[in-house]
Amino acid sequence: MFSYISCRTFSVAPAMSARTHVNYEVKEDVAVIRMNDPTSKVNTLSVQMQNEMIEVFNEVLANDAVQSAVLISSKPGCFIAGADINMIQACNTSEEVTKLSQEGQKMFARIENSPKPIVAAINGPCLGGGLEFAIACQYRVATKSKKTVLGTPEVMLGLLPGAGGTQRLPKMVGIPGAFDMMLTGRNIRADKAKKMGLVHQLVDPLGPGLKSPEERTIEYLEEVAIQCAKGIVNKKISLTKEKGMMQKVQDYVMGIEFVRQQIYKTVTAKVMKMSKGLYPAPLKIIESVKAGLEQGPDSGYLAEAQNFGKLAMTSESNALIGLYHGQVACKKNRFGVPERPVKNLAILGAGLMGAGIAQVTVDKGIHTVLKDTTVEGLSRGQQQVYKGLNDKTKKKTITSFERDFTLASLTGQLDYSGFEKADMVIEAVFEDLNIKHRVIKEVEAVIPPHCIFATNTSALPIKDIAAASIRPEKVIGMHYFSPVDKMQLLEIITTDKTSKDTTASAVAVGLKQGKVIIVVGDGPGFYTTRCLAPMLAEAVRLLQEGVDPKKLDALTTGFGFPVGAATLADEVGIDVAAHVAEDLGKAFGSRFGGGNVEVLKTMVEKGFKGRKSGKGCYVYTPGLKSKDVNPDIEDVLGKYKLTPNPLVSSDSDVQYRLVSRFVNEAVMCLQEGILNGPVEGDIGAVFGLGFPPCLGGPFRFVDTFGANKLVEKMKRYEEVYGNHFTPCQLLLDHAKDSSKRFHK
Amino acid sequence: SLCTSNIISNILPPVSLWTGTAVRYLDKKESVKPVISTGSEQRKVQTKSKKTLAKPGVKNIVLVEGVRTPFLLSGTTYADLMPHDLARAALQGLLHKTSLPKDAVDYIIYGTVIQEVKTSNVAREASLGAGFSDKIPSHTVTMACISSNVAMTTGVGLITAGQCDTIVAGGVEFMSDVPIRHSRKMRKTMLALNRAKTLGQRLSLIGSIRMAHLTPELPAVAEFSTAETMGHSADRLAAAFGVTRLEQDEFALRSHTLAKQAQDAGLLSDVISFKVPGRDTVAKDNGIRPSSMEQLAKLKPAFIKPHGTVTAANSSFLTDGASAVLIMSEEKALAMGYKPKAYLRDFVFVSQDPKDQLLLGPAYGTPKVLARAGLTMDDIDVFEFHEAFAGQIMANLKALDSDWFAQTYMGRKVKVGAPAMEKFNLWGGSLSLGHPFGATGCRLVTTVAHRLLKEGGQYGLVAACAAGGQGHAMVIEAYPQ
Repeated sequence: MFSYISCRTFSVAPAMSARTHVNYEVKEDVAVIRMNDPTSKVNTLSVQMQNEMIEVFNEVLANDAVQSAVLISSKPGCFIAGADINMIQACNTSEEVTKLSQEGQKMFARIENSPKPIVAAINGPCLGGGLEFAIACQYRVATKSKKTVLGTPEVMLGLLPGAGGTQRLPKMVGIPGAFDMMLTGRNIRADKAKKMGLVHQLVDPLGPGLKSPEERTIEYLEEVAIQCAKGIVNKKISLTKEKGMMQKVQDYVMGIEFVRQQIYKTVTAKVMKMSKGLYPAPLKIIESVKAGLEQGPDSGYLAEAQNFGKLAMTSESNALIGLYHGQVACKKNRFGVPERPVKNLAILGAGLMGAGIAQVTVDKGIHTVLKDTTVEGLSRGQQQVYKGLNDKTKKKTITSFERDFTLASLTGQLDYSGFEKADMVIEAVFEDLNIKHRVIKEVEAVIPPHCIFATNTSALPIKDIAAASIRPEKVIGMHYFSPVDKMQLLEIITTDKTSKDTTASAVAVGLKQGKVIIVVGDGPGFYTTRCLAPMLAEAVRLLQEGVDPKKLDALTTGFGFPVGAATLADEVGIDVAAHVAEDLGKAFGSRFGGGNVEVLKTMVEKGFKGRKSGKGCYVYTPGLKSKDVNPDIEDVLGKYKLTPNPLVSSDSDVQYRLVSRFVNEAVMCLQEGILNGPVEGDIGAVFGLGFPPCLGGPFRFVDTFGANKLVEKMKRYEEVYGNHFTPCQLLLDHAKDSSKRFHK
Repeated sequence: SLCTSNIISNILPPVSLWTGTAVRYLDKKESVKPVISTGSEQRKVQTKSKKTLAKPGVKNIVLVEGVRTPFLLSGTTYADLMPHDLARAALQGLLHKTSLPKDAVDYIIYGTVIQEVKTSNVAREASLGAGFSDKIPSHTVTMACISSNVAMTTGVGLITAGQCDTIVAGGVEFMSDVPIRHSRKMRKTMLALNRAKTLGQRLSLIGSIRMAHLTPELPAVAEFSTAETMGHSADRLAAAFGVTRLEQDEFALRSHTLAKQAQDAGLLSDVISFKVPGRDTVAKDNGIRPSSMEQLAKLKPAFIKPHGTVTAANSSFLTDGASAVLIMSEEKALAMGYKPKAYLRDFVFVSQDPKDQLLLGPAYGTPKVLARAGLTMDDIDVFEFHEAFAGQIMANLKALDSDWFAQTYMGRKVKVGAPAMEKFNLWGGSLSLGHPFGATGCRLVTTVAHRLLKEGGQYGLVAACAAGGQGHAMVIEAYPQ
């Protein structure tokens, strides 16, 4: 394939000029291979990158002056973020994808068997295909930078590590560790990776010197990696590490077939419990690992490649990849750069929401004021922020000093002092239009003209709130989800008066807070609450029809929702649910009926407000994870008992009754222009409401399931329950014409 | 010393910044003996930007005398003492050397870092124990390795403000014994036990003690804000500035070699002899160990393993020691019949990021104090920088010599340049003489004064880094002889 005749005089320069992604330089006897994709912020294992890498690798192997190599990225803060997803999406059959996988396997096998040791020098994300590349190298050095993370996130895209990862990882970090990595897809920090045996050596990030810290840190990493490469060649560094006692014991135990079988069994059972069998990727990962360990590497690599091919063609993977792309899109500000950045943010109301918003803001370099009306309310909120940061300290993601330093940017107060410096005010006071009006008037009297007034409401139309404002162009809705520090979604609501700059500013703040953002039009319940309300109404009806809360939960989670409908009602708060049901019921009329609102109201009267009050559909005992059905709820439900119709009450019908109302409402939001597009609709439903990720969101669900099939089901329910199940026009259009799709 | 200099010139390639100058310096010494000599042949003083730093309307403040106990490796002859014992010895040495009446002092200030809780105001305990009048107020200050610098500048402030005329400032550090505490859990239990009223309460508290309670808490030479040990930070700093292991070992060897020469030549005249109770009289620093580059190269990195460059041999070691200086207004000194040694002139304190710039105090302080005094680098005849780590010194020198660093991090248009090595720490430094944290500042100032006298220069500059990312620099002017 290559002629080696003139390799001694082989000049690197002409080859380099032809290559754009990979180049190399020989330092003494070490070839330093540098990667940098000039077309992107991150390096991915694209076709171009792979081809150039193979070329360079061949040259390095052929070059007699080279004894060893260092693989490093010259892109600041990124090693290799993964394989190029588009490569997989461009394939039409599983065979094609299997072939891609086998090519990757082959390339990494050559790396692994290279007679010249290769040291991977890792700074920044080393994920997916990048990690598989790194673990095929003989040695790994990583920086301790916060940006440096290693992991196999393929499972989150419904795939598996398809370039030898399922085969190499178990040998490197042990079977349990490998399963943990591959089945959770979580990112592993460099220090943890060292402890696990994933990397050999760590390098500290450097501060200012004679060059910028970033530049010098990469240089330093390269210097250390070169030392390692030389050390391996001259046998100062041994590649067979001495095993500790624990390691030996573990290896011995893992050598027993019975133990391994037990592990497969336990892991499979755990996966089935977590995924309800709705996600094929974890099972295929287990299968591939098992094939390699039990039947040898040939079977293992083959199983990996074939399973990879199969997974790439599943609807689940398609859905998850769609969500990934959607998430990336929703992490951008399509409204441009705001005129002035928000440096001072004030939050009104130190409740769960207000304090949660403060918690995700204060550590982003924004001075945050948390205002409440009572000392008790304020201290509770301040404690919540402190606890959030202190938990990070306990987990060692931040130091106690960083915690204290961050908290220095939080001011707790009871009055409006300092509001004249606020760039944005987010109110999170009680959901009552009169209170909101009072607050907006109070605030507008003290804030500067440029200050934005954002209201955190889950159902009140923003234009109604803005009615009390003297400058409605500065009023916007920012709907956060509880708990704010855990839930990724932020729903931003604009009225027809909200200015573009106000929107740009709100999105910029949300992005700083780390949120995935959808921007929707104004209306009762906006998008998310509006989709949720009919589903909850249906859930209440099901309870009235005698479906036990536990059964209701099992059916919803069985469909792929992370939280069951009854539990969700408890989490949201029965009082909030009652409030929303009543408000939206008024706005949308009988279409939002189903369950009787009185059920919720009676529960509230009895003090069953959900988790926060200790009782709702369930009874919550502090410290206890398991929960029992609230025995007193039967009286309430008994009072409003309905007789189920056996024609529409099978388990599957129960599931589709819940889901179809959700989906229909989502499609209607698109039809009415509340939604900007199906992507934001899917992201909002999955990240805000827990719509099954394996279905990819309501719009992808319609595409995959078939609008006609869904309409068919809804018509059946419509016959029994009337307009609650009337499909909207857009859905009917899609049902009529199967070529119509929300996602291309 | 001949042997050492041969080793240096034989084995070291003249690649690094200072190897060349060090060799030159040592060669020069062999041939013309300009510096470490009896002082009769004084170096020609070049033209200065300023004749004196005296300012109209500002009191002249003078260093009358400076002394220190021998600096000993901790755990050696001082092992059984307490911190105030060392401070006492320094104070008594100062009294003895100056024949100062015990009631002639207005105020006594001491610097220290790791406090003995029993003598937390160690200045008071030491001054009482040293026989000073109990009418002299004393207080203790702390600012990590520049604590005694703060003690001195506090004194300068009191004199300038017209509050005092005669100040004794000093510093002490005693690393042979450090406060090792019970764990927080244990302390909490013990304090609760104190308040327990019934036997039952006491028994239940005692019963709550677990093995984990018994783990003691050791003081660490680590930043509280970053939890990083200083050696680790120094290693990163050296790497950031591209300081090699070779450069660091060379500098460490230089420090020990020069210290040994100075010790042998009797130049360390600030050292007093101290009869340690129950032990022998100590008259010399005991950490000076001129070794060879081969020996130094054998050491493994102490903090960043395995690729770090900071080793035990190119770092300063844990040291016991105390220092003291007598500072007065010039008028008062002359009125009392003293012949001052030097003027204490402009000084600055600086501070930076404690994580990535922990030890860059000298790089930030030097240009700032020079600007304050209106001097240039060339005006300085004597440099005394605190040597925490060889890597830290080299990093600071490189920072001072970098336009990029000056522009990017110090907001300056151009660099001030690195000090000339033939003027730099010529009698050894903290790496070789030792570094009792709280006491080093006074040693630096006294050494500058003594070197100015010996070498015939006019201006000297002291610079030091300190934990917390802080630093200090001071200009000292020779007193006309």
